[in-house]
Amino acid sequence: MHGRPRKDPKPEDAAASVAKAEKLRSLQSQFLSNHHNKIYTNEALEVSAKLLEVNPEYYTAWNFRKLAVEHRLSLSDPDPDSIKSIFSEELKVVESALKQNFKSYGAWHHRKWVLSKGHSSIDHEMRLLDRYQKLDPRNFHAWDYRRFVAALMNRSEVDELRYTTDMINSNFSNYSAWHNRSILLSNLLQRKVQGFFPKEVVLNEEYELVHQALFTDPDDQSGWFYYLWLLDQTVKADAPRLVSSWPARDSNLIILEDQCLDDCALSPFNTFHSDSGTFPLIVYFNQAVEGVNSSTISVESVLNANSELNWKPLSTNNSQTAQVWVTYLNYPKVDVHSEAYPVEVSIGHSGGIISSSGFHYSHPSRFAFKVFARPVKTPIGHGGEIISWQDGNFALYETSPEEPNPTISLDQLNIKDDNEKTSSEWRAETIANEIALFRELLSEISCKIGKLTLARLLKAHDLLLSPCANKMVYSEEVINLYSDLRTLDPPHSQFYKDEHSLTLLQQITSTGESLLRYCFLHGDGTSSFIGNSMCLRLNNLSLSRMGSFERLLWVQMLDLSYNELRSIEGLEAMQLLSCLNLSNNKLSGFTALGPLRLLKSLKVLDISCNQIGSHSIDTTRYMCSSPLCHTEEIDWGRDEMVTGDVNLANYWEAFVIFRGLSLTQLDIVGNAVADEKLKSFLVKIVPTLKWLDGGELH
Amino acid sequence: MGELAAEKHVQYILSVEKRKDDLISVAMEHLRMNGAYWGLTTLDLLGKLETVDVDEVVSWVMECQHESGGFGGNIGHDPHILYTLSAVQILALFDKLNVHDVEKVTNYIAQLQNQDGSFSGDIWGEVDTRFSYIALCCLSILHRLDKINVKKAVSYIVSCKNLDGGFGSTPGGESHAGQIFCCVGALAITGSLHHIDKDLLGWWLCERQVKSGGLNGRPEKLPDDTENGGISDRPDDAVDVYHTYFGVAGLSLLEYPGLKAIDPAYALPVDVVNRIFFAR
Repeated sequence: MHGRPRKDPKPEDAAASVAKAEKLRSLQSQFLSNHHNKIYTNEALEVSAKLLEVNPEYYTAWNFRKLAVEHRLSLSDPDPDSIKSIFSEELKVVESALKQNFKSYGAWHHRKWVLSKGHSSIDHEMRLLDRYQKLDPRNFHAWDYRRFVAALMNRSEVDELRYTTDMINSNFSNYSAWHNRSILLSNLLQRKVQGFFPKEVVLNEEYELVHQALFTDPDDQSGWFYYLWLLDQTVKADAPRLVSSWPARDSNLIILEDQCLDDCALSPFNTFHSDSGTFPLIVYFNQAVEGVNSSTISVESVLNANSELNWKPLSTNNSQTAQVWVTYLNYPKVDVHSEAYPVEVSIGHSGGIISSSGFHYSHPSRFAFKVFARPVKTPIGHGGEIISWQDGNFALYETSPEEPNPTISLDQLNIKDDNEKTSSEWRAETIANEIALFRELLSEISCKIGKLTLARLLKAHDLLLSPCANKMVYSEEVINLYSDLRTLDPPHSQFYKDEHSLTLLQQITSTGESLLRYCFLHGDGTSSFIGNSMCLRLNNLSLSRMGSFERLLWVQMLDLSYNELRSIEGLEAMQLLSCLNLSNNKLSGFTALGPLRLLKSLKVLDISCNQIGSHSIDTTRYMCSSPLCHTEEIDWGRDEMVTGDVNLANYWEAFVIFRGLSLTQLDIVGNAVADEKLKSFLVKIVPTLKWLDGGELH
Repeated sequence: MGELAAEKHVQYILSVEKRKDDLISVAMEHLRMNGAYWGLTTLDLLGKLETVDVDEVVSWVMECQHESGGFGGNIGHDPHILYTLSAVQILALFDKLNVHDVEKVTNYIAQLQNQDGSFSGDIWGEVDTRFSYIALCCLSILHRLDKINVKKAVSYIVSCKNLDGGFGSTPGGESHAGQIFCCVGALAITGSLHHIDKDLLGWWLCERQVKSGGLNGRPEKLPDDTENGGISDRPDDAVDVYHTYFGVAGLSLLEYPGLKAIDPAYALPVDVVNRIFFAR
C-alpha cells in the first residue's frame, strides 16, 4: 500500500497480475479450508508457510500455525529435540515472512510467542537483532522485540544503556536510540541504582553526550528532543508544593456584603464581596495533585470546624486530580465592626497529598491570615445594574504607599532542607552553563531549535530564581526570542505566540508596580469612582493564552477583551471572578468555555464578537466535560421540562456550559451561532439572567 | 487551494467495493472489514453514503462475526479486535447498531483486557495500545464502558507516554503518530486528557510536517498522503482506499469545504457520534 508508483499497467503485466491473483486466491482458499477443518498435516503446514511467505499480513495463517504447533505437541510425548525442531521451523517461517515485510506485526508477534515457550536460543535472538538493527536502526518492531528478549534473559538496564551509547556513538541521528536511552535512564535514576545516584552526576554526563550530537548537526532533531528531556529532569520539582493561596499569607481579608468600598483606606486587593455567608479558601500547587481533604490540610479557625470542610478539586474534566483546590469558610454576620478572626492553614503535616507521578507533599508548610466582616449597610444603588465595559467606565487605580503588595503571596512557603539547597545550587549552575553554551552556539549559526532551547533555558532560570526575587531577569530577551522564532519558524507560530503571551503575563504580574498599571476602578461613568469595584484590564495585549493564575487569585473583575484567546484553560483557578469580559477574541466553540463552569461567583459574562458557530470543526470538543468523554451525563428526561421543544442534541454544548451558571448579564452578539432560537434557549436554561445583549429581560 | 474532486473519490471508492479479483484486493482480503470502514466513512464525509446498498453491507458484516462475539477481517477469517471495531463503526454509520448482539461483542472485548489494564488483539495475546483505543472506542459507542476496568486501561496507556510527549505501542515503545492518535483518542474518550503535556506533544506533532507540506509519522521518515481521484500515500504513488480515507478525514479536520465534520476521537462523522450520545 505504501510506496507503489502510480502507473497504468501494460497489457502483458496486467495478464501476469491476473494469473498471480488467481494463484494467491487458490492458495488462500486452500488454507482457509484446512483451517476450518482443523487439518494440521505437513501439506497443510506447507500451504500456510507458502501463504505467509508471500502475504505475511494474512493474520489467520499465523493463528493456524500456533494451533498446529499446539496440536503437534499434544499428539504424543515428543522428545526435547522434536520440540526444538518444531519451534525452529516456526522461526524459519517468521524469518522468511520478515524478508517480505520487515514490519509485519503478525510475524514479530509469532516470534515472541515462540520464544515465550522457552525452547529456543535467546542468544541467537540477540545476534539476529544486532544484524537487523544494523540494517535498520529505526525499525521500532526490532527495538520492541529487543526489549522483549532483554527481559526474557534478564539483561540489565545498564547493559542495554551501553547498547544505546554504542548506537548513538556510531550515529548521532538515531532518534530511536536516544528514545530508548531516555527510558532506561529514567528507570535507573528513579530506582537509584548504584552508579546512577546522585542524579546530578549522571545528568552532567548526559549533557556532555548530547552536546556532541547538537554541535555536530544542529539541524537534526534527535539530540534536541533528548536535550529537552534532560532540561526537564534538571528543573522539574518532583515533590508537589504550595505556590500560592487566597486569602494570601499574612493578609487581612475584609468581607463586604455591600457593593461599595465606602472607605478609601480599604485596599481592593484585600476585600471581597460576598452575600452567601461564606468565602473561598483557594490553594494553588505547582502541579496537579490528589488527596486534598480535611485530614491532609487542616484549617484552624473559630469560624469552622475543620472536619466539616469539603475540599473540591478545580478540574475541568471532573477528575479527582487538580492543581488548584478550593473549600469554603464561614464568616460571621455582625452588627458592629467585628473582631479580626485568625485562620491558620497547615499542609503536609500528615501524608496523603500526592502528585500524578506519585510524589508526596513532603515539606510541611503553614500560613495564616485574618478575616474581618463588615456590617451590612444600605446599598447605594447596587445589584441588578448593567455593567458596561466601555473605556469611560474605568479609571486607573491610584495606590497609597501603605498598600499591601498583591503579589506578595508568592514567596516560598516551604522550609528548604540541606539536600534541596545543594540540589538547587547545582540546578542554577547547570542552567547558567547551558545558557552560556547556547549563546555561543547561536552567535555562530542561526538555528530555530537552538533559539527555542535558549528561550527555555532563560525561562527556567527565571523560574528557579523568581519565587523569592519576584523578578524576571530575562523576560525581555525571551519575548524577543519568541518574536524572532515566529518569523524564523512559521509552522510553530501559534506555539510561539502562546509562549510570548505567557511570558508577557509573567512580566506584568512579577512586581506590584507593573501589575498596578493594569488595575482600574470600575464605575457607572458618572461619579468620581470612589468606592467602586477593581478591575484587572488585560485587553489589547495580543494574548493568545492566559496564564500566571497563581498571582491573580484575588481578581474579581477581569477584562480580557480584544485579544486572541482560543481557550481559557486555567481560568477555573480564579474563583473570585464575578465579572468577565472575553469579547473580541477567537473562541470558536462553547466547549472552549468549560473552565467557566467552575466559577460559582460569575455573574457578568461578555463573549460577544467571537467565532462561536463559524467553524465546522470544534477543536475544544474534548477539552470540555461531556457525555462524549464519560465525565458527566445529561439527564434528558429531567431537562426536557426546562428546555421545551428544543432539540437538545443541537444545543448540547450551550446546555452543558450555561446550565450550571447563575449569570445575571450575558453578551453573545457577534457570534454566528447567536440567533433568536439560541437566545431564547439560553434564557430558559439560565433563569437568573436579567440582561441579554444589553436588553433587559422580564 | 485546489478543489476536492469529490465525485471522483466517490467513484473510486465504489469501484474498489466492486473489485474483488485483482491482485491487490486478493492480497488485502483479510482486512476487508477495515477497508469497508475506510471507504464507507469517506463516502459519508462526502455526503454520499446512500450510494451503497445498506442491507448488502450489513449482512456481509454480520457474516464475519464469530461465536465468541468478535468479528474477522472477512468471511471465514479469525476474529480480532481490529475488525470488531470496524464492524461496529460500520453499523454506527448506517444507524444499524440494533441489528447486532451488544452483549456478545462486549464480552469478546472485555475478555481481552489483561491484568495490567492493557488489551490483547485476540486470544493469541499480542498487546498494543492500538487495542486499548479500540476497546475503549468500541465499548463507548455501545455504552458498555462499565464492563471493563477503565481506570487500569487509562493507567496502562499513560505508562506508554514518552519523553517527547508522545506514545508508543507498549511501555518503552518509541513515539509514532499512529500510536499517538490511538492513545490520545483513548484518553479523550475517557476524560483523561489531563495526563498529556499538550504543548510538548503538540510541538512534536507539528514537527511531523515537512517542507512539502506533508506529514511524516516519526522524525526523519517520509511524508504520507496527498490528493487526486482516490488518494495515495504520496504524490505519484498508487492510490488506495486507506489513504483516501485519511486524506479526506484530514481535509475535514482542516475545514475543507464540501466535507462533513469528522469527530477526531471516534473517527466517525460528528453527526453519527452525536446521534450515539445525544439522541434520546
